[in-house]
Amino acid sequence: MAEMAAEGKQPEILFWVGCAGSFDERAQRITRDICKILNHVGISFAVLGTEESCTGDPAKRAGNEFLFQMQAMANIQVLDAYEVKKIVTGCPHCFNTIKNEYPGLGGNYEVIHHSQLIQQLIDEGKLKAEGGESFKGKKITYHDPCYLGRGNNVYEAPRKALEILDADLVEMKRCKSNGLCCGAGGGQMFKEPEKGNKDINVERMADILESKATVVAAACPFCMTMLRDGVKHENKEQEIQVLDIAEITVRANGL
Amino acid sequence: MIAQILFIIILAAAIYLFSKNVGKIRRNILLGRPADRSDNPALRWKTMAKIALGQTKMVKRPLAAVMHFFIYVGFIIINLEVMEIMIDGIFGSHRIFSKPLGGLYDLLIGGFEFLAILVLTACVVFLCRRNIVRLKRFSGTEMTEWPKSDANYILIIEILLMTAFLTMNAADHKLQLLNFGHYIKAGSFPVSSLLNPLLPDSAAGLELIERGCWWFHIIGILAFLNYLPYSKHFHILLAFPNTYYSNLHPKGEFTNMASVTGEVKAMLDPSFVPETTGEPQRFGAKDVTDLTWKNLMEAYTCTECGRCTSVCPANITGKLLSPRKIMMDTRDRITEVGNNIDKHGKDYTDDKTLLDNYITREELWACTTCNACVEACPVNINPLEIITELRRYAVMEESQAPASINNMFGNVENNGAPWKYSAADRFNWADAGIDK
Repeated sequence: MAEMAAEGKQPEILFWVGCAGSFDERAQRITRDICKILNHVGISFAVLGTEESCTGDPAKRAGNEFLFQMQAMANIQVLDAYEVKKIVTGCPHCFNTIKNEYPGLGGNYEVIHHSQLIQQLIDEGKLKAEGGESFKGKKITYHDPCYLGRGNNVYEAPRKALEILDADLVEMKRCKSNGLCCGAGGGQMFKEPEKGNKDINVERMADILESKATVVAAACPFCMTMLRDGVKHENKEQEIQVLDIAEITVRANGL
Repeated sequence: MIAQILFIIILAAAIYLFSKNVGKIRRNILLGRPADRSDNPALRWKTMAKIALGQTKMVKRPLAAVMHFFIYVGFIIINLEVMEIMIDGIFGSHRIFSKPLGGLYDLLIGGFEFLAILVLTACVVFLCRRNIVRLKRFSGTEMTEWPKSDANYILIIEILLMTAFLTMNAADHKLQLLNFGHYIKAGSFPVSSLLNPLLPDSAAGLELIERGCWWFHIIGILAFLNYLPYSKHFHILLAFPNTYYSNLHPKGEFTNMASVTGEVKAMLDPSFVPETTGEPQRFGAKDVTDLTWKNLMEAYTCTECGRCTSVCPANITGKLLSPRKIMMDTRDRITEVGNNIDKHGKDYTDDKTLLDNYITREELWACTTCNACVEACPVNINPLEIITELRRYAVMEESQAPASINNMFGNVENNGAPWKYSAADRFNWADAGIDK
């Protein structure tokens, strides 16, 4: 973003990468795939790079409002300095925080999740599912991230991105507004779970196994980690792939 | 005449006692902190009409939805009949609506009878679900003896009331056939006439049964009315204001604390002077009076159905957290605080608090903030807001978060990420190249 600004250019959209997308090795691949999609359709975009910082979401959910607002205000300063108007992000937590909680602190942007971007591109005919891997007939199920689904009522966009594949889409028993959490939210990602009789991602695995899907579509880097751990726990790594919506789109288009 | 006076005294006493207890609950709710829910009245009315009146969130569980709908419609519509009973009681008349309504009256009474039998059936089904089938949703650590009995009492009272109503009609009908006294031909009795063979044939016996059931039914209703403020059944009233004052924002959005904004701004800009608004408030909630009035209203609205707990990922996987318990604890504690005020005066404080005496830290930290409980509640109760407020207190006032959570805070503060990576490495993901 700094480079573009120095050249006096204003990108169409800012890609907010998020901490997981920046540092988590698995999520970095999703980040690169989102970039590939943006490049493929010719949308000019920028990232903040080292000027980006945590949105403050995990701090806020864990009760540290101070830390959240410190992060939020610092981020708003950076975003406003670059006169950012529109943001796309690959993380439902960043999406929710910037979209819903930044306005109250003076940060007003149009924020979309990458699944919504993909849906728009499909609707506009700019993205298809050709020239790459065929998902035809494959059993795919979609896991709703809490902060995209229940949190913000985005249920259809990610499903649209899958419908174009001509695959065998199956829903899990608990889906959409009844979707079961992967177990990472509310700060759980960063701590051991409380005492119980099983982990939440293992509970979710039962739904996945029951659906008989061979591909689990995710739309959140934290769900990605949890679901992959769940697949490992069941020793199903050979049979079940967990892929982000962006990765599936990239593969289907051979990008 | 004596009957009329007796009736008026009982009615007046029942209404007085009920208003007094409702007043107490209102007072307790208003012990909460302020929250502005006055915006967008049009959408609020719509939400109330859809969710409370239309019960749209009940349909997710179809059998319970249908049974509940019978009881709900029965309750509302049979109230028309109760109106007639009140007027008859006060003026000593008998079936006063029958003359002005004519043929419509027959239709109404017949309709009430069908509703009564539906209510009765639904109550029996509900009793079976709770006591014979023993659905998992109706058990749990918080479902101790009182909540379980409360549910059964409600169902049994409703069964008794409906039985009395139908028996009264049957006796009345038989007396009408005998052309006895003031029992004019009025109403149709498609359901209760099935009871006819069970009743005596003598006019005196029938009149005794008719009057007995009449009194039992109306006194039962007035007693039930006064049971409401002590019971989870209070939801039949609070469901309406509670949905009217629903949170209209996306569920993912948590409130930004204005008190914190002032301090953070002052920290970032030393020339900024935060507005001081009287007494500094605690950050987050330690006790119920630190919650908003809406949180407290929700606590009194909860009817302990357990839909929230049955979808809670923490609870499903055996953790201690149960969103229903959060609501019940909040209600029990605010009731205790209210009782203390009544007994010992406004400034009395006991040594108890919602956090620790009612809700443990273990419950608090098991929440994934997934909003499943909020989504599941048929009357838009939000247990997550209370959990968040308690966490805010634990973190900001006590610095009592689990160690790993404190590490995460430290990382966000120092590295701008919840993990221990250097902020300088944030853009390294691009080193692998994008166009490969």
